[in-house]
Amino acid sequence: MTPTRVAFAAILGKDLRAELRTLQSLPAMALFAVTTFVIFHFGLDRTALSGSLAAGVLWVTVLFAAILGINRLFVAEREEGGFDAIRLAPIDGTAVFAAKAAALLVYLLALELVVVPVFAVFFLDSAAALPPLALVLVLADLGLAATGTLISSMAVNSRARDLLAPLVLLPLAVPLSIAATGAIEPLLALGGPGYHRFGTWLAVLGLYDLIFLLVGYAVFDFLLED
Amino acid sequence: MSEAIELRGLRRDFGERTALDGIDLSLEKGSSLLVLGPNGAGKTTLLRILATLLRPGAGEVRVLGARLPGEAWKVRGRIGFLGHEPLLYRDLSGRENLRFQARLHGLRGEVAEARIDELLRATAMDRRGGDRVAELSAGMSQRLAICRCVLHEPELLLLDEPDSNLDGEGRELVRKLIGPTTGRTRVVVTHDPKRTLADADRAVVLGGSGRVVHDCRAADLDPDEAWSAIVGATK
Repeated sequence: MTPTRVAFAAILGKDLRAELRTLQSLPAMALFAVTTFVIFHFGLDRTALSGSLAAGVLWVTVLFAAILGINRLFVAEREEGGFDAIRLAPIDGTAVFAAKAAALLVYLLALELVVVPVFAVFFLDSAAALPPLALVLVLADLGLAATGTLISSMAVNSRARDLLAPLVLLPLAVPLSIAATGAIEPLLALGGPGYHRFGTWLAVLGLYDLIFLLVGYAVFDFLLED
Repeated sequence: MSEAIELRGLRRDFGERTALDGIDLSLEKGSSLLVLGPNGAGKTTLLRILATLLRPGAGEVRVLGARLPGEAWKVRGRIGFLGHEPLLYRDLSGRENLRFQARLHGLRGEVAEARIDELLRATAMDRRGGDRVAELSAGMSQRLAICRCVLHEPELLLLDEPDSNLDGEGRELVRKLIGPTTGRTRVVVTHDPKRTLADADRAVVLGGSGRVVHDCRAADLDPDEAWSAIVGATK
């Protein structure tokens, strides 16, 4: 068997190289998110947002933008025979799951590097909340990457994959969304960041991440098989 | 000599349709088997089951001593599979694709690079190895696919129409990599018995019903007879 870390690095490197070359996912995700902020900006007719509304606008926009990347995560494997090539190699399915989830995590972090400053410009009065916000987003992204990779690997074999992925993913992302917005809400409160129940929501996010990473580890070998 | 492939009562259905129905077959290590048959006879299904890419529906399947599907992990990495698709990423170059495959198969830095150089030279693809696969012709993609298939020095070659899209020069070049002189066990699916029969030790013809309708030594089968057997198998 090829060591898992070698297979992980090979698949992750391949995915990032292909994305850098083709820019099929990231620009679309970023453009979608920025456009959504513009629509919220004019739709809500507010120059500043705070509390739960700000948390909801930010997280829901990131979640929907993530779906664009999740839909495309396994398209090359499906359409160019990558699944067969990977299954013919003496590697553990865990390496494929970990590499794909890592690639999606990189996309989400890159997306947020672009769209969180845009969100701050559109809706926030100060940038004081951004450092703790980054921590929340990283934890939420990890869970979204694990869940998104699982769902994407199942949906890609369906002709209705563009519909199936969001339909299955969104219900699974409800606990993640509750925890993420719960943690973000006090950070974006009027009058500056607060930390009411911040630790509790971070713990919920961590638990969600752990559960879906373990589920991926346990089932991905079966998902790869015929 | 031990058996590389042993099939007993292999069956595979796709919904209501039976693709393979009770296939019994064995193949000695180092020998070449030609699989002939009309479209839809189950040739590709048979090859994909042997490659561990499809689960058998029923029956016993042993490949290189491993029972499938349970012990598929034992033979992955020992099989070279060439299917209808080249299994190459279109947005990566040929060399990048081969490097990716080499890493998945555990080939390390300089050894992998030397092997990739050797294969690209052997298939006259060394000048185009840096081009994206999407920019290559079908014949060039097929040459790269053959490089991918043999990159990790597999013991068993499973080849589905290996000559497809190749010109005369290409056929001659890849023969050194996947032909009978390589000493590897080979299972070759083809619609062209005239060109390939001389390279095989055995030939089987699958009928439209997913059964073996003809099984003999390749030397005993006249190319025209083989063609008649294929045509007859459709009836």
